[in-house]
Amino acid sequence: MAATGLSTGPGQAGPGQLPGMAGPAGAAPGAWAGSAALGRLWRAVRSNRKAAVGAAILAVFCVLAAVPGLIAHDNPEADAYPRSLGPSAQHLLGTTAYGQDIFAQAVWGARETLIIALVSGVISTVLSAVMGIAAAYLGGLWDGGLNLITDILLVIPTFPLLIVLVAYLPNGGLVPLIAVLVITGYSYGARQLRAQALSMRDRDFLEAARVRGERRLYIVFVEIIPALTSLIVATFLGTAVYNVLAAAGLQFIGFGDPNSLSWGTMLYWAENNAALQTGQYLWAIVPGACIALLGAAFALLNYAFDEIGNPALRPVRKYRTRHDA
Amino acid sequence: MTEPVAGQPGTALATEPLLRAERLTKHFRIGGGLVRRRLHAVDEVTFSIGRQEIVALAGESGSGKSTVARMLAKVYPPTSGEIYFGGRPLSALRSRADLLRYRGEVPLVFQDPFSSLNPVFRVSHGVLRSLQLHRPELGKAERHDEAVRLFEIVGLTPGGDVLQRYPHELSGGQRQRVGFAQALALRPKLIVADEPVSMLDVSIRIGLLNLMAGLRDSQGVSILYITHDIASARYVADRLIVMYAGQIAESGPVEDVLASPRHPYTQLLLSAVPDPRAPLAVGAETDRGEPPRVIDPTPGCRFRWRCPLAVEECHQVTPPFRELLPGHGAACHLARATATPKAFG
Amino acid sequence: MMPNGSRPPGTAHAGAGDGPVLAVHGLSVEYALAHGTVRAVDDVSFELEPGEFLGVVGESGCGKSTLLFAIAHLLVPPAAITAGEVIFRGTSIAGMTDRELAVVRWRGLSVVMQSAMNALNPVASVAAQFADAMKAHGVTSREEIADRSAEVLRMVGIDPVHLKSYPHQLSGGMRQRTMIAMALLFTPDLVIMDEPTSALDVVAQRSLMVQIKQLQQDLGFAIIFVTHDMSLVSHFSDRLIVMYAGQIAEYGATRDVFDHPLHPYSAGLLDAFPSITGPRLPLTGIPGRPPDLSRPLPGCAFAPRCPKVSTACEITAPPLYRVGGTQVRCLLHADGRAPDD
Repeated sequence: MAATGLSTGPGQAGPGQLPGMAGPAGAAPGAWAGSAALGRLWRAVRSNRKAAVGAAILAVFCVLAAVPGLIAHDNPEADAYPRSLGPSAQHLLGTTAYGQDIFAQAVWGARETLIIALVSGVISTVLSAVMGIAAAYLGGLWDGGLNLITDILLVIPTFPLLIVLVAYLPNGGLVPLIAVLVITGYSYGARQLRAQALSMRDRDFLEAARVRGERRLYIVFVEIIPALTSLIVATFLGTAVYNVLAAAGLQFIGFGDPNSLSWGTMLYWAENNAALQTGQYLWAIVPGACIALLGAAFALLNYAFDEIGNPALRPVRKYRTRHDA
Repeated sequence: MTEPVAGQPGTALATEPLLRAERLTKHFRIGGGLVRRRLHAVDEVTFSIGRQEIVALAGESGSGKSTVARMLAKVYPPTSGEIYFGGRPLSALRSRADLLRYRGEVPLVFQDPFSSLNPVFRVSHGVLRSLQLHRPELGKAERHDEAVRLFEIVGLTPGGDVLQRYPHELSGGQRQRVGFAQALALRPKLIVADEPVSMLDVSIRIGLLNLMAGLRDSQGVSILYITHDIASARYVADRLIVMYAGQIAESGPVEDVLASPRHPYTQLLLSAVPDPRAPLAVGAETDRGEPPRVIDPTPGCRFRWRCPLAVEECHQVTPPFRELLPGHGAACHLARATATPKAFG
Repeated sequence: MMPNGSRPPGTAHAGAGDGPVLAVHGLSVEYALAHGTVRAVDDVSFELEPGEFLGVVGESGCGKSTLLFAIAHLLVPPAAITAGEVIFRGTSIAGMTDRELAVVRWRGLSVVMQSAMNALNPVASVAAQFADAMKAHGVTSREEIADRSAEVLRMVGIDPVHLKSYPHQLSGGMRQRTMIAMALLFTPDLVIMDEPTSALDVVAQRSLMVQIKQLQQDLGFAIIFVTHDMSLVSHFSDRLIVMYAGQIAEYGATRDVFDHPLHPYSAGLLDAFPSITGPRLPLTGIPGRPPDLSRPLPGCAFAPRCPKVSTACEITAPPLYRVGGTQVRCLLHADGRAPDD
């Protein structure tokens, strides 16, 4: 780890880099630091087109999840309406074969889908962070052991693993569903965070912390993790996409409680009633489109955070040149 | 106040120096699996540092100077040899309290201003943490006041304002000053500075070098200044140690070593330093070689392939470090107290 | 000592009397950033004669690297040339497309980057990289490629057996020499070097500089050598440009600039190098920090740090004045002399 001791000059500028911006383009300078971060974050999201679109979609779904009763007045679960109607003024998206209002179902279903995505996303990210970063920093046997677990889970094909777990876990609602999603989903993020933490290990400020006498766990939690915030947020958004889609997939095949109300269960019932084949297109398309939109929202936000965190990825304005010649 | 410059083997010690390194050695295992080779980063290095003095440890890449610095700062343990601080060996430090106390007395200042501060926290973070760890008797308000005082000592004024900034808002020179403030917070006896100015602009370096000299004078702290730049070593240091390929080539008072270098490598280094004030003198092409990576070396002087004065003995016997004049010695078979034949320059 | 390499027909070597190899007139480069434009290079003009060694010196943020990339046509958005022209051997190249430039690149003008490890392909042997460069510029004969590759390596003092080596197998100094050899494949008229020695130790640095100077004298190419280390070029360059805040602060014969620096920045920069001979004097360096180019000052860019500043300096942006053979951008030298434009 010896410094090379060569006559390196002060920071060098590359062809597209502004002179004076000579530091490495690592974690966004100050973008995640401290309490002023939120203000900066808001401005960054607003100015980035992808982030704005993604945030808007997500906001809409959050509103639906928070106050579904305000948006959809019909009871989503009552089989009270005439069956298999097409879209009309009373039923904006028609009704199901059981007589439920599809629009109401879609609105009320947002809540469960969002909860699944966010809860499993958070748990998965925390697990990724701890496993990945601790492995990288503690090194040695810790690294070997934690890595082994992560690698095994990474290598096993996801859907077959899900199905095997489905066969063995009691079929009871959200908790097993979230557990399955977390177990299968955390490993990718763990590897990314481990790689990033490894590359940070030689950063002088970590050595400085060690040399002033900090304990190792302190360094992991206080020095490393905050410096990796943008990557952790990106990991969260990435797992959120995965979770939305995988949860829908699991519910589609009947895992999770089919009587609960979410987009995945809507798909389950639609499939059970051969909705597409019998011409009840909206029943299948509406939940599918909602799932896709939510996934897209997370994905767009993910792109945006990448760009915010790494200025090199930002779209660059082409400069119109003027010549006297 | 005269300080006895001790540390060369054979000198009588009037008082125990602040830090004494004895036959310090660090080998790294390289190559995996069946091929086991050892990289000799540092071999049998012996030197000492007194109170209130700046010692420059100079050498090119691969000379082992940074490895020595990290052994002094207890980043990694030596393969063999011992470091005595205030007379007590470092290997005797076992408890966390002892280690913490040592780290407070011998902090490290880093080379790269862009990576030595955590970008997520304000620049006050490191100083405040240092104070929390090493001076627990201070309360929160007292810590803040002390941090302000430290920042002002290193020239970051107004201290209160600068404390609130983030690293990316400061220039490279300011960040290095923060590094010195963090070191000073520990009330150290010896600051190990690993190339603190090499990544700074030329016009900023002098400010930092003056700060180091000022710290020696006003705070009474010693500094081990690791560098590859002989000119800056001359400017700021009292004594100079020149390292080559993991060993000490020459050591002594800085003016003496530069005025009459005894080791051919020192002569080579001096001849290669560009001096704009010196008259235009482009001689025949100088030695082009680069310092070797020392892997499983055989006995003999490690400079022998590049040395125009090498004789048979140089290829067979590793030259021991010998004191030629009081306080000034070299590890060369041909070095004499009177003068060494001019090999370069 | 070294024969000229083969040259494709129609590209004769520029000799003395053919006019300047490179003429830069009023070049400005700006970066289009979210919060406004930043002028990294401001109205730079100079001329380079065949075989001349020009040093461009300055600290970080002065624009010297941007100037270099602009001349070599390596700028990428958000940076772009916004004014001025770059005339290489009589042809304006600033507005050329990549295809038009391909003729000039490497045959007339080549570039040596700062870090060989960044510029050389780590997974290709030296021979493969030389072959790549030669094929890209129209040489197809395998024999010719092999001969020329061995020849340029010998020119820089490397045994041609190293053609088979990969970059990581070479030492730092050898890698830099390989970069220089690659730049000389077509014996260009102009070689631009961006701090080629900054990754080397002082002894290797010195020998590389001597080698470069020797090559220049043997082959006759002109050099633009960009560095932050003024003392490095002091013994090698013919003329020197000192840059500050994107502008030329001083431009004149190297010895003149070193012996009698006219601009307070040049003087301050020279004073910031502690000497290894002579008396040990306390130095002060230059207080303050490099300017923020996104907020240009109305007057002289150096005014906040200048020991000789006056009130006029803060209001008037000084043009370049001519004092003898040197141009200097400082109001101190304005008395009676007409501004050079």
